[in-house]
Amino acid sequence: LGLVWYRDTFQYLVHGIALIGREGNTPQNASVTSKKRDVLVSAAPTVMALYRRSAAFQSVFHAVKHVCLKQNCAVRICSYSTVIDQNEKTFDKILIANRGEIACRVIKTCKKMGIKTVAVHSDADASAVHVKMADEAVCVGPALTSKSYLNMDAIMDAIKLTGAQAVHPGYGFLSENKEFARRLALEKVTFIGPDTHAIQAMGDKIESKLIAKAAKVNTIPGFDGVVKDPEEAVKIAGEIGYPVMIKASAGGGGKGMRIAWNDEETREGFRFSSQEAASSFGDDRLLIEKFIDNPRHIEIQVLADKHGNALWLNERECSIQRRNQKVVEEAPSTYLDPETRRAMGEQAVSLAKAVKYSSAGTVEFLVDSQKNFYFLEMNTRLQASGGDVELEEFVEKPVERDEERGDVCSSRFFEDQSSCRVLDHLKGSDRTCRKASEKSIALHCRISIHPSVRPSVHPSIHPSNVEHPITECITGLDLVQQMIRIAKGYKLLHQQTDIPINGWAIESRVYAEDPYKSFGLPSIGRLSQYQEPLDLVNVSALVSVRVDSGIQEGSDISIYYDPMISKLVTYGKSREEALKKMEEALDNYVIRGVTHNISLLREIIVHPRFVSGDISTKFLPEVYPDGFKGHILTAGEKRELLAAAAALHTAAQLRSQRFLGDLRVSSVPVESRVLELCVELDKDVHILAISHSGNKFTVEIDGEKVEVSGEWNLASALLPVTINGQDRTLQCLLRTASGDITLQYLGTSFKLRVLSKLAASLSKHMPEKLPEDTSSILRSPMPGSVVAVAVKAGDTVAEGQEICVIEAMKMQNSMTAAKTAKVKSVHCKAGDTVGEGDLLVELE
Amino acid sequence: MATYTLMRGTVGLLNGLKCSFKNVGQIPYGAVAQSKLLRGARCYSSSHLSVQERIEKKRAAALAGGGLQRITAQHKRGKLTARERVELLLDADSFVEFDMFVEHRCSDFGMEADHNKYPGDSVVTGQGRINGRLVYVFSQDFTVFGGSLSGAHAQKICKIMDQAMLVGAPVIGLNDSGGARIQEGVESLAGYADIFLRNVMASGVVPQISLIMGPCAGGAVYSPALTDFTFMVKATDADVLQDTSYLFITGPDVVKSVTNEDVTQEELGGAKTHTAVSGVAHRAFENDIDALLNLRDFFNFLPLSNKDPAPVIECHDPRDRLVPGLDTIVPFESTKAYDMLDIVQGIADEREFFEIMPNYAKNIVVGFARMNGRTVGIVGNQPKVASGCLDINSSVKGARFVRFCDAFNIPIITFVDVPGFLPGTAQEYGGIIRHGAKLLYAFAEATVPKITVITRKAYGGAYDVMSSKHLRGDVNYAWPTAEVAVMGAKGAVQIIFRGKENQAEAEAEYVEKFANPFPAAVRGFVDDIIQPSTTRKRICRDLEVLASKKQSNPWKKHANIPL
Repeated sequence: LGLVWYRDTFQYLVHGIALIGREGNTPQNASVTSKKRDVLVSAAPTVMALYRRSAAFQSVFHAVKHVCLKQNCAVRICSYSTVIDQNEKTFDKILIANRGEIACRVIKTCKKMGIKTVAVHSDADASAVHVKMADEAVCVGPALTSKSYLNMDAIMDAIKLTGAQAVHPGYGFLSENKEFARRLALEKVTFIGPDTHAIQAMGDKIESKLIAKAAKVNTIPGFDGVVKDPEEAVKIAGEIGYPVMIKASAGGGGKGMRIAWNDEETREGFRFSSQEAASSFGDDRLLIEKFIDNPRHIEIQVLADKHGNALWLNERECSIQRRNQKVVEEAPSTYLDPETRRAMGEQAVSLAKAVKYSSAGTVEFLVDSQKNFYFLEMNTRLQASGGDVELEEFVEKPVERDEERGDVCSSRFFEDQSSCRVLDHLKGSDRTCRKASEKSIALHCRISIHPSVRPSVHPSIHPSNVEHPITECITGLDLVQQMIRIAKGYKLLHQQTDIPINGWAIESRVYAEDPYKSFGLPSIGRLSQYQEPLDLVNVSALVSVRVDSGIQEGSDISIYYDPMISKLVTYGKSREEALKKMEEALDNYVIRGVTHNISLLREIIVHPRFVSGDISTKFLPEVYPDGFKGHILTAGEKRELLAAAAALHTAAQLRSQRFLGDLRVSSVPVESRVLELCVELDKDVHILAISHSGNKFTVEIDGEKVEVSGEWNLASALLPVTINGQDRTLQCLLRTASGDITLQYLGTSFKLRVLSKLAASLSKHMPEKLPEDTSSILRSPMPGSVVAVAVKAGDTVAEGQEICVIEAMKMQNSMTAAKTAKVKSVHCKAGDTVGEGDLLVELE
Repeated sequence: MATYTLMRGTVGLLNGLKCSFKNVGQIPYGAVAQSKLLRGARCYSSSHLSVQERIEKKRAAALAGGGLQRITAQHKRGKLTARERVELLLDADSFVEFDMFVEHRCSDFGMEADHNKYPGDSVVTGQGRINGRLVYVFSQDFTVFGGSLSGAHAQKICKIMDQAMLVGAPVIGLNDSGGARIQEGVESLAGYADIFLRNVMASGVVPQISLIMGPCAGGAVYSPALTDFTFMVKATDADVLQDTSYLFITGPDVVKSVTNEDVTQEELGGAKTHTAVSGVAHRAFENDIDALLNLRDFFNFLPLSNKDPAPVIECHDPRDRLVPGLDTIVPFESTKAYDMLDIVQGIADEREFFEIMPNYAKNIVVGFARMNGRTVGIVGNQPKVASGCLDINSSVKGARFVRFCDAFNIPIITFVDVPGFLPGTAQEYGGIIRHGAKLLYAFAEATVPKITVITRKAYGGAYDVMSSKHLRGDVNYAWPTAEVAVMGAKGAVQIIFRGKENQAEAEAEYVEKFANPFPAAVRGFVDDIIQPSTTRKRICRDLEVLASKKQSNPWKKHANIPL
């Protein structure tokens, strides 16, 4: 009898977990009858209690969990297989020392766990989403992060005021700050993250590398120290194996970096670098390291508790980056085989154990073309740090950071390589920029590096987040919940064998930035319309969309904070499914009021190289050597676009004749008439004939017929249409009375003008708008603040001379003169805040 | 350069004069006169053959306007011909032309000569449809005598205006005229006056719109000034870099001789001047095509006459749509600005807002939108500009717009965030009292449905002015951020507690007491305090209720607005 009962309970538990996981969503599983649900309600507590007591049951439970996992993750991706045990006491109240998406993410899990939340916010964020979501909110200062989110005193006060028992630091800001961790410890407040000693160990590049070596983790072979002569350099290079990278240890960024492929180049590199080392830095030491060509950036998620247990939760492929920020991530990686995965995972775990790591963490690796992998660094938070956020912190206290980082040298390899890449691609964009505007504004971007804080800009530090939706998707674990449990001192619930790879998850980072400028220069503004693609019709219940965001319609994207809008995640049984869903999700994502990078994201995920998995950290500069230009239309796509624009125009025209209840409108039969329209796209005028019946338009372009049908809801931001039988979602970004239509089609927005044949034939008489003489006018290419103005009225500037520096989102952009001329007038001064397109300087 | 353009502008006139002088010179020679007579006789006899032929010939001449050469010149200036404009403005094949055969009656200076007669003279008139709705149109033809106004020209315009009044349909004038027909002298002036009179008579009966698409100078400017809306075209003339349309009483030359000011035609009366500085024009468009297509769009907002209701168009935007963005739009700091247009676009159907005078007195926003398909007039203080205070220009701008809406049955929705009237000598000397009174007068007088939403500040007299409950507001709402008080906390405390300590404490008390919607709400001066995101839903519902509102003011010959 006992056995039967046990088996029954087992079954109910399967459904029960699915139910709990769905958070009260109507169960789609037909087999779950209401009766069973009733039974479950009474059975669940018993089972739970039993489960806690019986170790044997626990293993059964794990098995059960993974049975249900598949169903569960599929229904709503944000439901986790991990069952939150309400009786497992953690904290009563947690303060989240962060903002935006990550703060919201943490609050969501806290709510599930029945934990009260406290948000902190700056003045600018007073009505932000995380503030509204939290149970309590405390203002910690003005908009500047150094005065609010990095203001330890204010945050400590907030903790005291609200009586929070623990602090979740999120990522960036104070998440890696030892001082903060120490102050929390003094107040006996739990820091939800790794212990101070782990932060310390991993924060120091030399130490981390030594520890990694000791833990038998593959590290990049290299030498750091005084090299006497070229021959010694050649000897070292020979030991490491070509290609090698040589540079001055003290030099930061990509400065002075030489790549040598043979002995001769090594000698040359030695001469160059040692000279520079002595002259520029007064420090003779050189760094010679193996150069990894075409590396992939793959990181392993680890989870460790305070009892010496650690797990690896598979990898994330993060190779698609720009300026060291991840753009598209996926899990698992197409590149890793199970052996490599296990090897990387085991090394990651041994590293975590070696530093007595607890909480969730990320171990970053570079993987070369032979699937050799090298440890890059361990991020003591869950993921790599917010480089930009850190930077600001460093700028605030350059001295302290300098001391702390001291002579950082050993594994700065990746930093250099990638800075080099950044510079390269910025140069590329510079070219583009010049070409586009005919030598108007030469835009040079440079990473904002304060001389004294150079070491802080470490390109291997990636702005990132505490939790990783894609890892959560494929493993079914709620990482935030795990972190909270671990911080409270609970043991891990899982064994390594419990960690599955279920399906495939892709993450697109949606940013408020203009991808046409250096793959993304920040944009600011108010989100006048914002609609996440959450209510997509799922063809299969196993495919789903998750959006982690910290903003809503009406939110402001300001210059003070990270321009990330959301992490858009799609999940499917296979990579194809997830990618297909991602296309759909990107097409259905409505963002108005700020420029966004949806066009770039959508191009990446359909690019043949990405689809086939042939990617590296150089993907973007290689695929778009002249900068990103948006989607290039094929002839067929162009026809579709023209037809859609013509149909939309006609639908709007017809609607404007439909007056309700007005008897004085003469009814002109408009049906079945063939209209001739001229549609202008990229200066090409296309003549097309359009006729319609009901909601179906037939457009004839160059002898080809295109059928477009749809609802033609002119109020909706989305424009779902069927073009020649294929479903497409377009977005109408602009429609004016004078025939201008801007459509977002395949992610990219296209400007069209639809005119009647008469208007088009007359438009040749219209005077050409004289384009502004851009060579003598310097406008701000982005919103930001003026750091410095190098000229005054009456000065003579040479072509390419720096005129002023604009800083936006921690990036400094040097604005240079496009021609040699006298300065006519200066319209900005240091400290000014400027908008995109604002006039800065006029030349004569 | 100015002289050159002025000359070129009146090239038609000069040509006409030249021709007539040539004829005058020829009269003494008998032989010439005789041959002329013979030619006339020949014409007569040939035309006698077929009336039909003559009709066709005249029609063809009317359609050709001033001839190919002048049409080409017109096109070169980036301007369309009078007929092309009409064709673009109206629905295809809907134009019904009047008076194609009318010719001028001038006999001086040789104007009676055949080659100086153009069938239809220098204006095209008629009626047609815009999106199926009736409209009367006149379009001045610059290719005929520079579009100058003759007695016949005026008579044609008067005819369509009279009929527009009879049937109740708007009148659109496409102005492109060098001025009076000098050869006709006083007859031309009389023609202007006839038009002015009709403009005045039609005012408030049918909507009148002027689109200035070329020169409009001297007395001619008063016709557009009397109409409800004046739009301009700012297309830059490719040759001389100036706007194609301009309006002024006297041109740059006269200005120079009288006041010794150096000013270009464009600076004096171009689109930019009138839309941003003088407030004479309500909006400017890029070029002829852009202007005409926009005018079609604008026309859809207007009722046909004062007897017709505001039009209702098929609407795809849900009437009960919530606008979550509005809940966070008003900043916490009361000194921080936000964009009133965000609110307007947020609540309007399809985010569509046809702003009137977007570049003039920007501290007040006025324009047309639709709510659940029905045209509404929107007035809102703009906190982004001068804190949204009321000054002379914004009061006049608002008043004129409110009166238009009231005259044509268009409900008025007012968004209030006003810190008061702008202080200072410039304003006082300029007569802010008199001008501010206009806005007050307009709101008080209006009998159309009036809905008011106080989004933030409603201070002092400006609170009363902005369509308050006391001025017969039908529905007055306050957002939770509303502060209805005599003045801001700081100023109030300085007066109440003059010379006393603890100003800060007193200020806090004042804020607690007055810087919220309650003082107004407990007295019933606002009907409800609403969640901003529900504003659209509420207004749509109220408009439906108020659609049958009937209210009239006491009988009077006419009211006496403080002009």
